[in-house]
Amino acid sequence: MTDTARNPDSKAKAMKRLKKRRAADGRFRFYGLSAILTALGALAVLVITIGSQALSAATYHVVNYDITLDPAVIAPEGAGRPEDIGRNVEGFYGLVRDNLLETFPEAAEDRASRREVADFVTRLAVLPTAQMVAKQPELVGTRITLTAPLNDDLDLYLKGQGVRERKLDVGAIASIKGEAEGGYRVTGAGAFDAVVAAMAVAAADLPADAPEPSVLLTAGPSTGRLTEISAGSAHLELLTGKIRDFARLQSKARLIVALESERTISDQQIAWTLALKDMDRIDRVPRTTLLTNSDSTYPELAGGLAAIVGSLLTMLITALVAMPIGILAAVYLEEFAPKNRVTEFIEVNINNLAAVPSIVFGLLGAALYINFLGMPRSAPLVGGLVLALMTFPVVIIASRAALKAVPPSVRSGALAVGASQMQTVFHHVVPLAAPGILTGAILGMARALGESAPLLLIGMVAFVGDVPRSPTDESTVMPVLIFSWSNNAERAWEPLTSAMIIVLLAFLLLMNGLVVFLRRKYERRW
Amino acid sequence: MDTSQGNPMMDDGLTLQRTKDGGPRIDCRNIKVFYGQAEAIHDVSMSFPDRAVTALIGPSGCGKSTFLRCLNRMNDTIENCRVEGKILMDGEDINDADVDPVLLRSRVGMVFQKPNPFPKSIYDNIAYGPRIHGLANGREDLDAIVEKSLRRAGLWDEVKDRLSAPGTGLSGGQQQRLCIARAIAVQPEVILMDEPCSALDPIATARIEELIDELRNRYCIVIVTHSMQQAARVSQRTAFFHLGNLVEMGDTGQIFTNPREKRTEDYITGRFG
Repeated sequence: MTDTARNPDSKAKAMKRLKKRRAADGRFRFYGLSAILTALGALAVLVITIGSQALSAATYHVVNYDITLDPAVIAPEGAGRPEDIGRNVEGFYGLVRDNLLETFPEAAEDRASRREVADFVTRLAVLPTAQMVAKQPELVGTRITLTAPLNDDLDLYLKGQGVRERKLDVGAIASIKGEAEGGYRVTGAGAFDAVVAAMAVAAADLPADAPEPSVLLTAGPSTGRLTEISAGSAHLELLTGKIRDFARLQSKARLIVALESERTISDQQIAWTLALKDMDRIDRVPRTTLLTNSDSTYPELAGGLAAIVGSLLTMLITALVAMPIGILAAVYLEEFAPKNRVTEFIEVNINNLAAVPSIVFGLLGAALYINFLGMPRSAPLVGGLVLALMTFPVVIIASRAALKAVPPSVRSGALAVGASQMQTVFHHVVPLAAPGILTGAILGMARALGESAPLLLIGMVAFVGDVPRSPTDESTVMPVLIFSWSNNAERAWEPLTSAMIIVLLAFLLLMNGLVVFLRRKYERRW
Repeated sequence: MDTSQGNPMMDDGLTLQRTKDGGPRIDCRNIKVFYGQAEAIHDVSMSFPDRAVTALIGPSGCGKSTFLRCLNRMNDTIENCRVEGKILMDGEDINDADVDPVLLRSRVGMVFQKPNPFPKSIYDNIAYGPRIHGLANGREDLDAIVEKSLRRAGLWDEVKDRLSAPGTGLSGGQQQRLCIARAIAVQPEVILMDEPCSALDPIATARIEELIDELRNRYCIVIVTHSMQQAARVSQRTAFFHLGNLVEMGDTGQIFTNPREKRTEDYITGRFG
């Protein structure tokens, strides 16, 4: 008080210091806030990009085929034992192909078209139906609707993601005349103005010697290819359907800039797809096969079931090995071990072990479990053991932290009523540390669930078409499946990969949710 | 056997009677305690009479808590802590190799500075000790032990309707009485109290002091306290520690009114500490 009176400057100086301190506080708050916002922004970008990709794989197009289960085709050998029917992919596929040829008679004309129509559905897509019929033999001879996924490229085309096209309005068509060299001459005053304008725009972006882009004209179920287009007239080459549809129904043109030779789908296939869609034989349905099918070389059939089961089996092994070893080791080191050089050395090395790159554990697993102990390759047993090696240092560290957090007064309280050290630890300390221990263990498991590198080295990257039934079966896991799918060339794998990432993230969220739940439920105050 | 030091005329009748009957409950001879190389307690010999309260007073860091913890071998749990000398309880050395510290601690209960009930129900707090020592035959027996212990700790009327509520939900004073009840539930002969009231308000402190006075009739009680008034109020005998030495021990009245040592007088009159 007297100081202030003596020194008139001190108040001004104090204010200045205060201002500086406040400014420092404000800056620190700003840095903290911007760090959090950056992290949240990155997370949002990740979720949005993967989510939007995955969304397109959440549904897919299936085609319905009304087929008669002709016993002569699906059960050629007399009675037809159920297991023969179940395996008769060729027979069912034949029925589907015949159905398509019946719908599009023009496809039967030459071998190339036959192949193009056959590409609509992969052979293996009929397998579920074949197995269903094998279980219900009374269906043989009846007429059923077989549903099979559309070829992945056509599926992407219908979703507007594969081949890009521009839909253009076409004016009234006045006359359609057959021409001597085949095809038709379609005329109408200014009918193709929009098409001509769009082609001019497209041509500007293409090299001068590029061939003309495809222009398809669609009316109801019928589609033809337009050439020699001018404002009022064009040459129409019918791809599918009937020519009179163009006179009867409103036509629409599609300009496809990508050259047919550079696309995975031909104009003819687009025409058939549009026809099937017009006939309401194509439905867009949720892709439940992502969770019920196993891996396939065809994206429209591929699913993650085998990998999910593989992941669960692997996690089971990891949990069975890493959790008891890790937790008991932590309890021993924290509560019982004498503090000396040996335990210090062990402690340092556990910390080091937690920092070892995961791929090194893969090499260790390959050398130890597969080469030395002769365990099966690619099996969840080995994968689980490798991940357990990787996880248990994490479990030990987390469990020790949880045990350390239990106040010593609890230990003295128990010892003072005459509990032995073991009783003190297992009746009082471990129950109090349990939420923390479980949190650490589950987070360690979550890390193991997302691990792919060490599993590549023990052969869990192999293509696995069957759901593993035991921990010694060949198997793969979710992150490795994502890795292999992302390496595939076809365009359709991209959204599928994202969808699988979402499935993996869902599992991770589930585990983290479990952690939060356990903490909330069992955390006790003292 | 030693009889108590100091002037017998200063003892109240009861204490004198008991000490004459049974002699000292605990007899410590030449106790030295080391933390690593450092000697924390230098050659202390003293005895604790049965059915009386002995207070250990002294400035912070003088070794009174360390000494207290020797009496139920709680120092065993401290890394590199070493105790030398003989502590005879009913004539038997408690540091003997064939004495199990677990059994010893069931005979020598302890109450700590900060109330530390287990984060369990009030009932389980009391029942834990009897359970692990197998003192109860069946549920009814256990119920009886819990009720008796809580009654003795003067807590029964306050908690009898909420025995399944967590012990940590009680007030500080109640928690400390719960800890006392927990200690007496295993039927100890000696109760050690390490500053049992330092975390409590004056009303809760008064309650605990009353309780100590009641418990004196059944147990040998050793209490470490920083409050000289408390020592004067609850104890029959007082020992003054300073820098790891036992400076003076005697009947409480004598220590507070007529200390023999200069240091004791300086401490109790507030000249240092």
